[in-house]
Amino acid sequence: MLKLPQIYAENINRWLPELLWFALTTLKIALAAFVLAVLVGLAFALLRTSRFAVLRVLATAYIEIARGLPIVVLLYIVYFVPPQLFPGLNWQWFTGFTGAVVGLGLHGGAILAEVFRAGIEALHKGQREAAMSLGMTPTQSMAYIILPQATRIVLPPVANYAIGLLKDTSLCSLIGVNEIMNDAKSIAFADYQPMAVFVLVAAIYFVMSYPLSLAVRVLERRLNVSR
Amino acid sequence: MTPLLRIIDLHKSFGELVVLDGISLDVERGQKVSIIGPSGSGKTTLLRCINYLEKPTSGHIHIDGTLIGEKEVGGRFVHLSDRELAKERAGIGFVFQRFNLFPHLTALGNVTIAPQKVLGLSHDQAEARAREMLQKVGLGHKIDQYPERLSGGQQQRVAIARVLAMQPKLMLFDEATSALDPELIGEVLRVMRQLAEEGSTMVIVTHEIQFAGEVSDWVIFMDHGKIVEQGPPAQVLFDPQQPRTREFLKHIQDR
Repeated sequence: MLKLPQIYAENINRWLPELLWFALTTLKIALAAFVLAVLVGLAFALLRTSRFAVLRVLATAYIEIARGLPIVVLLYIVYFVPPQLFPGLNWQWFTGFTGAVVGLGLHGGAILAEVFRAGIEALHKGQREAAMSLGMTPTQSMAYIILPQATRIVLPPVANYAIGLLKDTSLCSLIGVNEIMNDAKSIAFADYQPMAVFVLVAAIYFVMSYPLSLAVRVLERRLNVSR
Repeated sequence: MTPLLRIIDLHKSFGELVVLDGISLDVERGQKVSIIGPSGSGKTTLLRCINYLEKPTSGHIHIDGTLIGEKEVGGRFVHLSDRELAKERAGIGFVFQRFNLFPHLTALGNVTIAPQKVLGLSHDQAEARAREMLQKVGLGHKIDQYPERLSGGQQQRVAIARVLAMQPKLMLFDEATSALDPELIGEVLRVMRQLAEEGSTMVIVTHEIQFAGEVSDWVIFMDHGKIVEQGPPAQVLFDPQQPRTREFLKHIQDR
């Protein structure tokens, strides 16, 4: 018979600080990957709406491939393939953490590129025309007219992506990154307490992601009321 | 003296469809020209070609003696870069049928942004000018409102103020009242009439025949991409020579 309260009472002082410490790594990965994904996504969204066909094709190919792969496969490729391709180089700096950020960021970049593109295209072409007719260059119209409006449109889906990303960081345990999931596995099996540990980890993930969900809901309501 | 706007043998096709079929036209400084005609006659496309929102298939446009949208290099015409084109467009005001206000900016922001970013005025200068223009179109009390809180007529007046703040040499109106409820048309026409009286050069595509008669000093009737008839309003609107013009005017009056 499992007695969770008793198990927690005995072990929480040991488990919780450790898990929280590694939860910090989870947050760091998520944050860094998010920033990278936004940058990559913006770049590819602009390339996809470029007037040069070659750039559009390249961007589309990247987006389709990166979106089409399971994240784990992408993480393995990003982490294990470069050292094999260029064995002569020094790969000391290329830690699991770096590999995780790059892998998640590249994957997220493909997802966000599509979100951003949809946001840009959701705007009536009259907006661009109005900006141009006032003498704005395409760059100015993008900066002052299109992007500020597109931002409002894409905020909710971007926030949803961020929530998903936070949870996807758990996959980084598979390339050996010491984040919360990896640590939970070692505690759980060392102490023979998989249930207690994984329930605790689930609770920690929830506490991290739920405020984000709430924020998205508030955001969506705000954006609906006044533009 | 060269005319302010000179259009030379303008053609525009969308694929197989010929929309403009050889339009030539001069507009003098301070002149008010109305373009009327059935829908699909090419009048909106003509207007959009003047500031190169639409690239003509062939033909040339000069404003104040400057070639618009292209330049002559070694005897050949080449299209301008986006940057050069933007500079030319800054001097041509365009009022859209559907207003196209920027929904993320207030009325004041809508009118301030182009003078500031395009003309390089300081924020204070641009805003002072914007206030003045909004005052002029009768919206001094609405400057902090976002477009969605304004009626169609108010939005269109903000759009006119936005154009005025650029101090354009030429103003183009593309069916500026067609998207408005009947009771809101008057307030926009009033502003346009005021601009006409102040001596602005205006090219107006409109379905408001009576307004065209009162405000313009030249009326053009277009059909199938060609100018069918043109002249002073008294002639074109009240004593048309061409059967197509008579038919169109009769059709409009019967409505």
